[in-house]
Amino acid sequence: MHLILFIVFAGFCLAGAVNLLLQTHPIGSALSLIVVMTSLAVLYLLLGAEFLAAAQVIVYAGAIMVLFTFVVMLLNAGREDRTLGSYAARIVGFPAVVVILSMLATILLHAQGLGTANLSDGITSTEELSAELFTKLLLPFEATSILVLIAILGAVALASRGDGARQKEGK
Amino acid sequence: MNPLYAQLQQEVPLSWYLVLSAILFSLGVVGFLIKRNLITVFMSIELMLNGVNLSFVTFAHQWHAVKGQIFVFFVMMVAAAEAAVGLAIIIAVFRARATLAVDRIDLMKL
Repeated sequence: MHLILFIVFAGFCLAGAVNLLLQTHPIGSALSLIVVMTSLAVLYLLLGAEFLAAAQVIVYAGAIMVLFTFVVMLLNAGREDRTLGSYAARIVGFPAVVVILSMLATILLHAQGLGTANLSDGITSTEELSAELFTKLLLPFEATSILVLIAILGAVALASRGDGARQKEGK
Repeated sequence: MNPLYAQLQQEVPLSWYLVLSAILFSLGVVGFLIKRNLITVFMSIELMLNGVNLSFVTFAHQWHAVKGQIFVFFVMMVAAAEAAVGLAIIIAVFRARATLAVDRIDLMKL
């Protein structure tokens, strides 16, 4: 059962990722990225990470992708024109990707000591996760909350800069 | 019964999850290189982050450690902040140059 679920959702994942590359319109890429993220949530659930599966759907497939589609529609981004890309990407980039992927695949498939995943494996409860997060890792958690606050302020400042300048000119 | 067949019926080797995460990361890199739209390039970065997250969760499962999952939680929070700031920058770039094609946004290129 685990194997079937893994193959189905890994297939969805890869199909979505490849479709992201093939789509010429940004909204098609955004929708296929949502497919990738939702099937990754199922894979997290298969690995016993129930809180992360929920967070993946809510934060990634929900909040972040809504932001992406919102910006695509706000800027009225049209069909992209395919060009050859940069010289460095063709000479260094693609060979490097092929080399890294084949090296990683070879190493991982021959790795000793890696276990297996089964449906009967226990799941990590949210209680365990939060006990660790809010006791030992409280300081990083608070630091991240400050980072998010700064990011919100920065986003508002960046996105509304044009309006502020226009208002000053109006005065 | 063939031992490989018996294994395939029951469980999935964790290395398959890791290979899937490597493939997702590589597809993200390829997207970063071939896509010519600023927003889609940004989406490829999100795809790479997701590939890395999958390998974190896989290793958390392997070592029965909660810390790996907490790290993924932090990556998600930082990715949300990054998406907000990045998209604001994209809006600012679009206001200034009225295009999203990365070939035409080359002011800092040598």
